[in-house]
Amino acid sequence: MTYSAGAAGSSWDWSAVWDFMPRFWDGVLVTLQVLALGSLISFSLGLVWALGLRAPSRLVRWPVTAVTEFIRTTPLLVQLFFLFFVLPEWGVKFSALTTGVLAIGLHYSTYTAQVYRAGIDAVPKGQWEAATALSLPVHRTWLAVILPQAVRRIVPALGNYVISMLKDTPLLAGISVLELLQQSRLEGASTFQYTEPLTVVGIAFILIAYPASLLVRALERRLAR
Amino acid sequence: MPADLSPAHTPVPADSDSPLITFDNVTKRFGSTTVLDDLCFSVRPGRHVTLIGPSGSGKTTILRLLMTLETPDSGTIQVNGDRLFPAAERERRQARKKIGMVFQQFNLFPNMSVLRNITEAPVRVLGLAPDEAEARAKELLDLVGLADRADAKPAQLSGGQQQRVAIARALAMRPQVLLLDEVTSALDPESVAGVLDVLRDIATTTDITMLCVTHEMNFARDISDEVMMFDSGKVIESGPPEKIFAAPEHERTREFLGAVL
Repeated sequence: MTYSAGAAGSSWDWSAVWDFMPRFWDGVLVTLQVLALGSLISFSLGLVWALGLRAPSRLVRWPVTAVTEFIRTTPLLVQLFFLFFVLPEWGVKFSALTTGVLAIGLHYSTYTAQVYRAGIDAVPKGQWEAATALSLPVHRTWLAVILPQAVRRIVPALGNYVISMLKDTPLLAGISVLELLQQSRLEGASTFQYTEPLTVVGIAFILIAYPASLLVRALERRLAR
Repeated sequence: MPADLSPAHTPVPADSDSPLITFDNVTKRFGSTTVLDDLCFSVRPGRHVTLIGPSGSGKTTILRLLMTLETPDSGTIQVNGDRLFPAAERERRQARKKIGMVFQQFNLFPNMSVLRNITEAPVRVLGLAPDEAEARAKELLDLVGLADRADAKPAQLSGGQQQRVAIARALAMRPQVLLLDEVTSALDPESVAGVLDVLRDIATTTDITMLCVTHEMNFARDISDEVMMFDSGKVIESGPPEKIFAAPEHERTREFLGAVL
């Protein structure tokens, strides 16, 4: 069985893979950078939302609920375009990468807020009551009693969102951030060979996401003990 | 060395006539159900009072109100002259420190060792030095017969052992009042005896005022000097256990005791 190059348009060209490598590694770096910074923003901002959602005052609870629900129920790509194209009109200018990190961090913070909320709600009421009975101050109740118990439910769920965030990073190609997908697109545009770069990028996502999901599962088992 | 259980706050002489706990016209509703109906009663210092009555009669609510886990709809609750309700948050916090509580489900902090369960509040709330709190915690563990389990996690203990740790934890705050909310109901029969022994010990060797809700009538007879029979949010009869158990005056008390004894 023989294939003539280019005849079927589906032959595999290893040299195209090697040629893609410099761009590929640049893309990996940017994707991981977006993921790390996006996670950081979503973890910390999510905690702020979660505390806002539990605030005793409605003046805090209602606006936080409205904002987080709005962000959670609108598509990430729309938010990305909004931040990238509309904010500059108001005089706020960020690089594409910064905009992408902020958008993905903000979007996912509304999910992590729910993770924190569920983790905190799952701590039995008796723990709060015991803390009250011992007159523990509010900050000790949170730091020493509630959060350490909530963490075992929160950490695995956060891990799952990091994986899902990883799979959303290609959306940043939409505002021309030079992450993996955008790099493969540029490569294809200059060589007219899309098969190899796109396949490599797909495999790269599997190679990052699958071990990560195993790690999350192991973490889950460990924390459940 | 026996554990020193004297309260951290100005102790009131045990023979004092002025009440330590007073409920004045306390009403508590949950939705449309009135759990406590214009309730008035008082407890003198050092007394061991058992609250009995059918479930839903408001006994546990009384303990929860004293621990500020619930808020009354109206009425006044005082402890040693300090108001719990109505009161500013600061005053309530102050009054609450005189009260300790042991729960039906133990409610130990599962993320902390047995020792830290007991030292956390004395260090953070009373401001004890950590080594002082630890020494005291070990005395208390000795008192409840668990001196060798200081480093265990609560999940490694049996229910009865957890409840004894919970008793030690409550005592570590040197409360004037100890509230016991069906503390043996979640235990297997074997563990019950150990917990009751500890409580009997505390009742006879200290002047801590105890308020307990229990279905263990033997325990009630054993340690309490006063039994209050509740029904429909009111005290319908109270007196020394010998009298309540042997010759109850009220028809409702006779019915209830006939059903549980």
